[in-house]
Amino acid sequence: MSVTVTDQKTRASSGPPRLLGSRSRWLVIGTGILLVILFFSFATEDWFSIVNYVLIAAIATLSLNVLSGYAGQVSLGITFFMAIGAYTAALLGGTPPTTSLDPQGFGWSFLIWLPAAGIVAALAGALIGPVALRLRGFYLAIVTLALVFIGQYIFMNIVPLTGGPQGRSFPTPGFGDLAFNQQNDYFGIALTAGQQYFLLILLVLVLSALFVTNVMRSRAGRAFRAVRDHEVGASIMGVNLFEAKMGAFILSSFLAGIAGALLASYTSYVTPDYWSLTLAIQFVAAIIVGGIASVWGSILGAAFVFGLPQVIDYFSLLPTGSNSGGLTSGNLNALIYGALIIVFLLFEPEGVIGLIRRVQLWMRKTNPNAEGGEPAEIIDLSSAPASRLDVEDAAPVNGDGE
Amino acid sequence: MAYFMQLLFAGIVQGCIYALIGLGFSIIFKASEVINFAQGELLLVGAYVVSAGVFEWHLPFLLALLAGLLVTVLIGLLFERFILRRMIGRPVFSILMITIGLDIILRTAVIIIWGSKPIPAASPFNTISGINYGGVHIGANDLWTIAVTIVLCAALFYFFRYTRYGLAMRATALDQEAALAVGINIRTIYALAWGIAAAIATVGGVFLAIDSFAIDPTFGGAALVAFPAIILGGIDSISGAVVGGIVIGVIQLLTVGYESHVASFLGAGIHEITPYIIMIFILLIRPYGLFGTRKVERI
Repeated sequence: MSVTVTDQKTRASSGPPRLLGSRSRWLVIGTGILLVILFFSFATEDWFSIVNYVLIAAIATLSLNVLSGYAGQVSLGITFFMAIGAYTAALLGGTPPTTSLDPQGFGWSFLIWLPAAGIVAALAGALIGPVALRLRGFYLAIVTLALVFIGQYIFMNIVPLTGGPQGRSFPTPGFGDLAFNQQNDYFGIALTAGQQYFLLILLVLVLSALFVTNVMRSRAGRAFRAVRDHEVGASIMGVNLFEAKMGAFILSSFLAGIAGALLASYTSYVTPDYWSLTLAIQFVAAIIVGGIASVWGSILGAAFVFGLPQVIDYFSLLPTGSNSGGLTSGNLNALIYGALIIVFLLFEPEGVIGLIRRVQLWMRKTNPNAEGGEPAEIIDLSSAPASRLDVEDAAPVNGDGE
Repeated sequence: MAYFMQLLFAGIVQGCIYALIGLGFSIIFKASEVINFAQGELLLVGAYVVSAGVFEWHLPFLLALLAGLLVTVLIGLLFERFILRRMIGRPVFSILMITIGLDIILRTAVIIIWGSKPIPAASPFNTISGINYGGVHIGANDLWTIAVTIVLCAALFYFFRYTRYGLAMRATALDQEAALAVGINIRTIYALAWGIAAAIATVGGVFLAIDSFAIDPTFGGAALVAFPAIILGGIDSISGAVVGGIVIGVIQLLTVGYESHVASFLGAGIHEITPYIIMIFILLIRPYGLFGTRKVERI
């Protein structure tokens, strides 16, 4: 509790929270933009395929972080909402069937199907939320797990929409004849498939990240965290528990739907098996590795969980597959993945973001003049309360000391 | 009628296996309020060690079973002692994920050691033999499954009701602080719970393997069907796990048997999700299950 009080004091002394604030933050953002431009100009298509995949995964991880990280509702069912988004996209944007066996599709532009994917998934969330959110903790986890299996069954059986066990192809975004899966000229600038997808995905990710950041700074976002930290306390303070949970659930479903549509579109062909529990667990792992209740954490976590395996496949000298045992790069990845989850939970429950904050604090402690951070503002992480989830709010948000 | 009886019998056998799996969940949950998502992989490791013992190291079945028990109990104890104990007081989310971390590592270890091809299941009895009673085939292994489930449940019942440690475990489940105050060593209790659950996992794994003739690394997923069983029975109840397991097993087998005749419009694979649909209904109307303690948090 004392930590929260300190938090309010520091916030009060440094004025209202701002999205894009101090010089140091601008510096970070500037470096980020520079890196993106460098990557965009020089990366090979192989790297684009890894990074685009990671960025889509980051959107989905962010969506799960809204629900599980900020609002504290454990969900294993994110792939269900991703699938809803993906199949909405497929129905609205897919190529119209030529034979009666082809899956349905209206062939509309991605400017329609991408937002629609989010909206339909959010509607599904609004329908399922009241049922699922009556339960908490492990019970909610098990219900959302059931949702994944029930979803797979439904998708397997709606053959005109999903293609059934054979799967179906998903629409490619594009403007008129300029589809993103081939090289196109825009106003005389040639962009490869990877580059076009990269721009679209990055735009969606940045918009989602800004949106989530802003929501979390609003009354609604504070309500989410209050519900997570102490339900009874939150309701005494006047938070409507049901509203807060539903808000988080619907926002999370919306983003999951968009991520699902992008993922299916980028993969271009998906069977209903794809939306599995294993995939859902990967997003939960990404939250833990990256950082619970953190936007940057979601992105870093996605990079670790979804990007690292591909990089290891690329560089490790191990065989990629075998069914007679032995260490393959796939097995190595699975081992690293499992170990990452355990190690982070044991030693750094705030994930990579927590590590970065630790380094920042340590640097300011050893050199108090740098960055102008006042020692009084520094809260020692080692004395943080046992429930480390609320440390994100407790630690000074960044190095800007005004 | 014989068809129905056959399905009913098969369902009861299947249910006994679910019950064996569910018992592992219940015991750990009872002691420490943790749902162990790695239970399925303990099952897998147990079944693999037993099969490897019989077919690779040419041990007699009972010795192989002993090896399987040793390995899983050791994994359970080490995990509890060195990992889970440090997580006490942390959010549900973290505890759930750390057991999933164990799950991933165990499955990968199995794949690295034994590969991903299916291997035959070890069985102490001739799986083809059996008796025919009124058109219902009753296999020797089916009878063994039922018998072992009954014996194990009776043993657990006795343990929880009449032994010192069983009482201590129940006391811990009821009120941890009060249990500490009367001198119960909670660490021993947790270790005991994980040990028993891991041992039961091996037994469940062996029977599940016999039931499906072969094991492959996806086998641990079957443990997920035990969730509906324990939710139905009440997650902290031993008898609930058994009743829930058998009910779910029978319903599932009846759906398998009749889905193509009666309800073909529902499409393929409805039997895979009937347990979950039942579970969702139960969670909505009676979340503490048929025999569970009424303290499930609901808003």
